[in-house]
Amino acid sequence: MSPQRRNADRGRMVRGDGGGSSVLPLDVDAVIGDPTTRIVVCCGSGGVGKTTTAAAIALRAAEQGRRVCVLTIDPARRLAQSMGLTELDNVPRPVEGVGGTGSLDAMMLDMKRTFDEVVEAHASADKARTILDNPFYQALSSSFAGTQEYMAMEKLGQLYAEQGGSGGGSRWDLIVVDTPPSRSALDFLDAPERLSSLLDGRFIKLLLAPARGPARLFSAGFGIVTSALNKVLGAQVLTDVQTFIAAFDTLFGGFRQRAEATYALLQAPGTAFCVVAVPEPDAMREATYFVDRLSGEKMPLAGLVVNRVTEVAGELDADGAEVAARQVEDADDETSARVAGLLRVHASLGRVREREDRLRRRFAAAHPSVPTIAVPALPTDVHDLDGLRTIGSLLTRPA
Amino acid sequence: MTTPPPRLHVVTGKGGTGKTTVAAALAMALAGEGRRVLLCEAEGRQGIARLFDLAPLPYEERRIAVGRGGGQVHALAIDAESALIEYLDMFYKLGRAGKALDRFGIIDFATTIAPGVRDVLLTGKVYEAEKRRDRDGRHVYDAIVLDAPPTGRITRFLNVNQEVAGLAKVGPIRKQADAIMSLLHSRRTKIHLVTVLEEMPVQETSDGIAELSASGLPVGHVLVNLVRTSPLDDAARKAVLAGHLDAGAVGDTLAAAGLDGTPGLADALLAEGVAHVERLDLQDAQRAVLAGADHPVVEIPFLTDGVDVGALYELAGHLAPVAGSTEDDA
Repeated sequence: MSPQRRNADRGRMVRGDGGGSSVLPLDVDAVIGDPTTRIVVCCGSGGVGKTTTAAAIALRAAEQGRRVCVLTIDPARRLAQSMGLTELDNVPRPVEGVGGTGSLDAMMLDMKRTFDEVVEAHASADKARTILDNPFYQALSSSFAGTQEYMAMEKLGQLYAEQGGSGGGSRWDLIVVDTPPSRSALDFLDAPERLSSLLDGRFIKLLLAPARGPARLFSAGFGIVTSALNKVLGAQVLTDVQTFIAAFDTLFGGFRQRAEATYALLQAPGTAFCVVAVPEPDAMREATYFVDRLSGEKMPLAGLVVNRVTEVAGELDADGAEVAARQVEDADDETSARVAGLLRVHASLGRVREREDRLRRRFAAAHPSVPTIAVPALPTDVHDLDGLRTIGSLLTRPA
Repeated sequence: MTTPPPRLHVVTGKGGTGKTTVAAALAMALAGEGRRVLLCEAEGRQGIARLFDLAPLPYEERRIAVGRGGGQVHALAIDAESALIEYLDMFYKLGRAGKALDRFGIIDFATTIAPGVRDVLLTGKVYEAEKRRDRDGRHVYDAIVLDAPPTGRITRFLNVNQEVAGLAKVGPIRKQADAIMSLLHSRRTKIHLVTVLEEMPVQETSDGIAELSASGLPVGHVLVNLVRTSPLDDAARKAVLAGHLDAGAVGDTLAAAGLDGTPGLADALLAEGVAHVERLDLQDAQRAVLAGADHPVVEIPFLTDGVDVGALYELAGHLAPVAGSTEDDA
């Protein structure tokens, strides 16, 4: 049986309430079918299927005629291969095998390279070299918690600029972004702010002071501080920091400006946020925070995608199935034993589903206006375009 | 020759695999009678507090549970800022300068962009707790469990030495990093990787093992979480998948048990059965991949009712082989 066929069968048998019959359905087709939608951002906590959801939305949009670019962060190896993401050159490449009238380009983010390119584009060759070689820059660009988020936003800004605004003769008319696997789903909204406040900080201003002019800014307090730092870190470290800061100084303004521009872009009506979760307590809690945060920041929220929802067929509930399994077992023949086994499989699916429904009902009760779509758990992993198409159709299945 | 059991258990794993749950269950498993175990988290997520249904944990060790064998489980949420202030105070008696550091935003600076300093501080606190002794010279904690960053970042996180290399070639930070490294590379430490039986997490686990081993870091167990069990035996699984169990026969069996009032039930059960067996087959395939990894594997079952504090004791039972491990380090 093909996956499509099996899912169509399931579609008919699924209980309709899906964790809350009063829930507004999220219509992904309406989001990607609206030509004014120019950016779709998929966000959520780690391990909930953001990358797959982003890729599925992008492919579906492309096959419906849009010219799409999908920016992925860390795709599974086979999924990456199936999308032609084998060359890590930090630019979008066409995906082969896309049907319909649209097109699909895909790229995987290389955060260090993106950062290096920003430095190279905005500093003189000499200065860029000084920055790129500095140990503080190297740490900042490769391991600062938040750089990946920041660079994802930076890349989005670049792709959007390439998109060219009006959409007429431009390369893409829709950009789908996957967000980094943050320890918390909120990190990527905060990263630009964190980085720029760090670079604008008082400490850095003080370090820059000698380079800028009279040393009168050196208060008594700062003297104690530098001597303490020298004690702990060693004198060479402060020199490295000062070199880095001095070289980086001219870029600060640009960084802040770009961060602000991307932030404004995310708030614009052409953007649609899809919060992705799975029906587990941690992921749903993160989704709740994210939805609240997005509305607090006036970011346009399209809705919630709940991945890997347990499917239960038929009307029989878990307790009923357990009782039935015991009755059937009494017959003591092979078929009965197997039917009892199937009833137990059904009972445990039913119990898991009840727990998932409880979580989803709580979310819906707290956020009645957030459209939601539940995507059933597939028995196997998604690692080709057909798998993405299956997910795409499940993302638009009427609730 | 048998070596003493490890004292520091570092638990890593891909996001969504239940790393914190497994780390907590391992701490419970280690807390046998008369033993004290410290469960640490290092990412500011307050995952331990949520799991145990407690208010957010401060930067302070406190008892949170009784272990499976009646011992004590203490918990600590390590944050780099507090660790730095504590460190400065302990070693430099900075007093007024310490406060000035904070005022000038240096604590923030040092713990965010100074290369590796954050990780030295986080692992440094664990190192300090491992070494700490009471007045009678006994270790304060019999074992320490660290709920560490995910697999993708774990090698870098534990390789503090290399990380600060660009920053400090000599001096106290470097000395601290060297001391931490000697603990992390010793037989007192084991790094366990939590995974689930799905393709991507298993792939990431294999990559993680290779990276850790290449850095000379001691890999312990692979802890396979959320393992689905089946009420169907092998023959039944084959029959379901091959379609040898037909809807008519299933329907008759159900009817004989008085379940003929639910139309479509036989078809529904069979469709669920097929998906169930496919999932089990996928698990088996990934299990075979892990078996080739040459590290001991422990499986932890998926709990239909979810995980609460009570369930942690049950999970701890499955982790006994990890807690009691006194394997030869040949």
